[in-house]
Amino acid sequence: MKPAAFEYFAPVELQEALDLLERYGDEAKILAGGQSLMPLMNLRLARPKVIIDINRLSNLDIITATPEGGLTIGALTRQRALERSRIVRERNPILAAAMPLIGHFQIRNRGTTGGSLVHADPAAELPAVSLILGGEFLLRSKSAVRVVPAEEFFLGYLATACEPGELLTEIRFPKWRPGETWAIQEIARRKGDFALVGVALRAEVDAEATLQNTTIVMFGVGSKPQRMERGEAILKGRRISQALLRELSGVIAEDLEPDSDVHASAAYRKEVGGVLVRRALESALAQAKETVSH
Amino acid sequence: MVKVTVNGRTYERLVEVRMTLADFIRQELDLTGTHLGCEHGVCGACTILLNGEAVRSCLMLAVQADGAELLTVESLAEGDELHPLQRAFHDQHALQCGFCTPGFLMTALAFLKDNPAPTRAEVREAISGNICRCTGYQPIVNAILQASSESSRKTKGRPT
Amino acid sequence: MEPINKTTQGYVGMPIKRREDFRFITGRATYVDDIKLAGMFHAAILRSPRAHARIRSIDTSKALALPGVTKIITYKDLEDLAVPVPIRMYQLPGLERYLQPLLAHGKVRYVGEPVALAIAESRYLAEDALDAIEVEYEDLPAVVDVYDALKNEVLVNEEAGTNLAAVHEFSIGDVDRAFTEAEYTRGEEFRVHRFTGNPLETRGFVACFDRGKEELTVWGVTKLPHLNRQIIAAFLKLPERKVHFIENDVGVGFGIRGELYPEDFLIPFAAVQLGQPIKWIEDRREHLMAANHSRENRCALEVAARKDGTILAFRATVYGDMGAYVRTHGGLVPCSTAALLTGPYRVPNYQAKIHLVVTNKTGLGTFRAPGRYESCFYRERMLDLMAKDLGMDPVELRFKNLIQPQEIPYEVGVTRPGSSPTVLDSGDYPSALRRGLAEFGYEKLQPLQGCLENGRYHGIGIACFVKNTGGLEPYEGARIVIGDRNDVTVYLSISMLGQGHETAMAQICADALGVPMDWITVFHGNTDVTPFGWGTFASRGTVMCGSAVHLAGQKLKHRLLNAAAEQLGVDAATLELREGKIYRINTEAPPVELNEIVSKVRHSGTLNQGLPELEETAYFHSSQMTYSYGVHLAHVAVDAETGVMEVLKYLVVEDIGRAINPLLVHGQTVGSAVQGIGGTMLEELIYDENGQLLTGSLMDYLLPTSTDVPDIGSVILEEAPSPLNPLGVKGAGEGGIVGTGAALANALSHALADFGIQVKSLPLTPDRIRAWIAGRAR
Repeated sequence: MKPAAFEYFAPVELQEALDLLERYGDEAKILAGGQSLMPLMNLRLARPKVIIDINRLSNLDIITATPEGGLTIGALTRQRALERSRIVRERNPILAAAMPLIGHFQIRNRGTTGGSLVHADPAAELPAVSLILGGEFLLRSKSAVRVVPAEEFFLGYLATACEPGELLTEIRFPKWRPGETWAIQEIARRKGDFALVGVALRAEVDAEATLQNTTIVMFGVGSKPQRMERGEAILKGRRISQALLRELSGVIAEDLEPDSDVHASAAYRKEVGGVLVRRALESALAQAKETVSH
Repeated sequence: MVKVTVNGRTYERLVEVRMTLADFIRQELDLTGTHLGCEHGVCGACTILLNGEAVRSCLMLAVQADGAELLTVESLAEGDELHPLQRAFHDQHALQCGFCTPGFLMTALAFLKDNPAPTRAEVREAISGNICRCTGYQPIVNAILQASSESSRKTKGRPT
Repeated sequence: MEPINKTTQGYVGMPIKRREDFRFITGRATYVDDIKLAGMFHAAILRSPRAHARIRSIDTSKALALPGVTKIITYKDLEDLAVPVPIRMYQLPGLERYLQPLLAHGKVRYVGEPVALAIAESRYLAEDALDAIEVEYEDLPAVVDVYDALKNEVLVNEEAGTNLAAVHEFSIGDVDRAFTEAEYTRGEEFRVHRFTGNPLETRGFVACFDRGKEELTVWGVTKLPHLNRQIIAAFLKLPERKVHFIENDVGVGFGIRGELYPEDFLIPFAAVQLGQPIKWIEDRREHLMAANHSRENRCALEVAARKDGTILAFRATVYGDMGAYVRTHGGLVPCSTAALLTGPYRVPNYQAKIHLVVTNKTGLGTFRAPGRYESCFYRERMLDLMAKDLGMDPVELRFKNLIQPQEIPYEVGVTRPGSSPTVLDSGDYPSALRRGLAEFGYEKLQPLQGCLENGRYHGIGIACFVKNTGGLEPYEGARIVIGDRNDVTVYLSISMLGQGHETAMAQICADALGVPMDWITVFHGNTDVTPFGWGTFASRGTVMCGSAVHLAGQKLKHRLLNAAAEQLGVDAATLELREGKIYRINTEAPPVELNEIVSKVRHSGTLNQGLPELEETAYFHSSQMTYSYGVHLAHVAVDAETGVMEVLKYLVVEDIGRAINPLLVHGQTVGSAVQGIGGTMLEELIYDENGQLLTGSLMDYLLPTSTDVPDIGSVILEEAPSPLNPLGVKGAGEGGIVGTGAALANALSHALADFGIQVKSLPLTPDRIRAWIAGRAR
């Protein structure tokens, strides 16, 4: 399985890369970590005429702690660097927890943060996490810069708001709210595989075990990461009880419209989605209790 | 033109841009210890170290390795003296057909650098990105643990 | 068990570390893709993207115009020579209508069928050529299900006129009567899914035709090099002696590699045509659609018994999904399902009818324990169902029906087409079961059976098995030559695919001959130097060839003692050969170095009856199979809400008669158990209703990784050596896989007993498990 022929550029300057992107438009594919693109090219399922290899661009792989307490992550930051980053661990627990779920360490050594986000596999962890964190994506083209919030970035199966001619250079995450609890869980056939169904969850829990501001994002359940708004709504301002959790599972299962594939049926994803959200919430609550008691 | 240092030796070669790094190593440099099992990044038979990090060489283009330092399985032994990992694989019968072995050795090499005294569970997790069809993984885990305990014994013995 | 490097006590039975390891751990092994010849071209194969279609036209002109493309071969280029891929075993009448042509002509019948061969200066360019070949297809409906195929509405092969390729039946005893008289009967329909071996190295060949000497050399061969060479030489109209098949290092086979496929013919053909060396390496995507599939099978099994659990009869109706063409194994895979269905149990009446059905899928062949994995699943599930119905403990039920040691050798009856009766040669089945239960701590675990603990349901399952090993096909040989520099060379007639024969055979030779093991070098798989043999498969290598090595070793020892006696002027009976030295028995005289004796013979010309070369060849003949046996035990925990099942503990107990090298045997057992667990829980070749292979890469065909399986317990028993060969060995390598489907399915059924779930089909995936629990049809 060898790739079809292509023209290859490895720009060193960002402007060069952007020029090339503008010139070649949708004839070009950006090569970053290559962990998603190269398999497709080797299988000849992707046959881009032009490859723009952005690995030589400098300063796009830096993780910065912002003064407001958030994070700015260069799009070329290797997933492994994100995984090992102390700053990320300290400032964004759900992002830190998501990293070991991605593939295997050899993949994370090359795979980039931006690459995973722009590839936008609906079963991937990073898109869902960026959604739940309210991330913002900085897209540059030859002539413009724009910021797209995560809610508007993921459009569908392998489709994002990133236009031909645009390069994702930076991802910004706001400050993680102190006192918030979180969970990220997934069911996968094997460790490191894409999720059959997954959930990222964050919530504020007050002293009376009442949930405020719960955000639930699921992945592997459709063409893009999905915000479960109805589920969030029924939780608002309510005390946790077994009955509430059961109700939540039911609502989640109802609201999911996943696809079937060789690994799991739509029915499976619906049902287990509901179960997983309940378990994620239980886990987040247990974590919150622990934090409080310390 | 690609200039790359492999196992301490520098090579300069003209390559087609679409040639994968794995093919470059095997065909241009005649280092056939690195193997191709799937060419889509699942099996890990093509694992090498790129600037000290374990990567799947079938998912890289040769041109991307320009200026890099690579280590392949051929770098492990020093003359006839086997690396502790190699010796451990032999001791523990951690190979049968041997096709996956170079990939596991390089993965283990990288892993033990980061985590020199792993638990059994940690070893299993670390090698979960490499496929073996023959051994059932158990003896490979045993071998990596043997190599890690040997190294730690050596370290302990060193005067401070 | 501590692996060791050498021993002075005798080598057979010792866990000696493998001497062949060095080249593998240093990356210096030579697999076929490592072979680089000057002027070598590269081939790629255009494979049908359609499951069933007529070929209207093939236009290769654009492809030939591409730079670096040398030649493109389609069916018309080899029409005159064309033979189909032959059937070599289980040639049931009717199967000959479904042979695979070397390249498609007229029609394609499965996704992956070879349509054209492109040869270019690199594999990259050859694949470019494939992209440029224009084939016009006219789609036909595809049939992918055995029952649909039997309706004969869509014919895979119009000339044959039916999709029912062959039927085989046999009957032992009086099954009808047994069912009429039975106090208990039950019938169930079981199903095993389609999956296969997926060796990590895909197939490949390098073929080189020397136009001067008109000799062909082929690398990449294995498993049955002599037999394959016969056929390829005949196809190319070359004398056999001018065709050299050379086995290098092989990335394992599992039964898949080494059988004859179209590529085995095409690549040598192209090499002869081109007069240049040609390399073809299969890629993984191809392998999944081109190399033999296996296992897919349905079985309606009925049992008749007494109320006390005594089995009276089995009646089995089997359907094997053969794929579109019947390949070298003929009807072997589905027939093997029926052949050992009764396992280690006493079933006095047994009737089976096996239907071989063609569909628009890749052809079927053997994969580690073919038919045995399937039949073990059917039978052991049925036993657990029976036990539940009769209110009996499943272990008690098994003890009640296991063949007792005093009944062995036990004749099961004629269960294989055109073959001698199946006779279980030696064994103590109850002992193996007892040992398994004890080692596993089965009694202690019973309280967990079906219980919910920490959110998961626990289940413990068992499966008893017998596995035919060795003894298949007529013979194997070994030639042993001793030189005068402490060097002994053993030439094996079998192949080596990673099993460690270089070590095990050296152990046997060292003991039989009486020389240190490190004097010995072992050669295999090269038709130029190794004796004619039938191949490495069905775990027959050690039994057949090991026995030959043993016999040859003893013969050579005898000859050496005579030569020494001649030179020393004594009676040969007063001498013995140990560790390479000739000792005079019962004296203090210093031993004589063997190489002195050998050297004198070499240089004299009159000693040793005028034969300067000290060597012996021996063949071991056997028409009877040996049977290893044992038990699998599995402890699983199932999350009922997600369907996720974890294997907590797994044990294989297997009696292999005698272990030449326990280190190697344990390696085979653990490896095959993991392969079986993966096959049962993760792997599946899935087709859609149009015959498209949905699992076309390793991202969808899921192989087990290190985190999918626990440590596997392995106990090797040597309680019942085989009486059928001088070593008493039975061969290992498949026992560890045979019971995996059965044990896991039994464990899962126990775990989910509260939900009333009884597993009748595989695989055991979270989706299917969840569907069973939720009551969805799956």
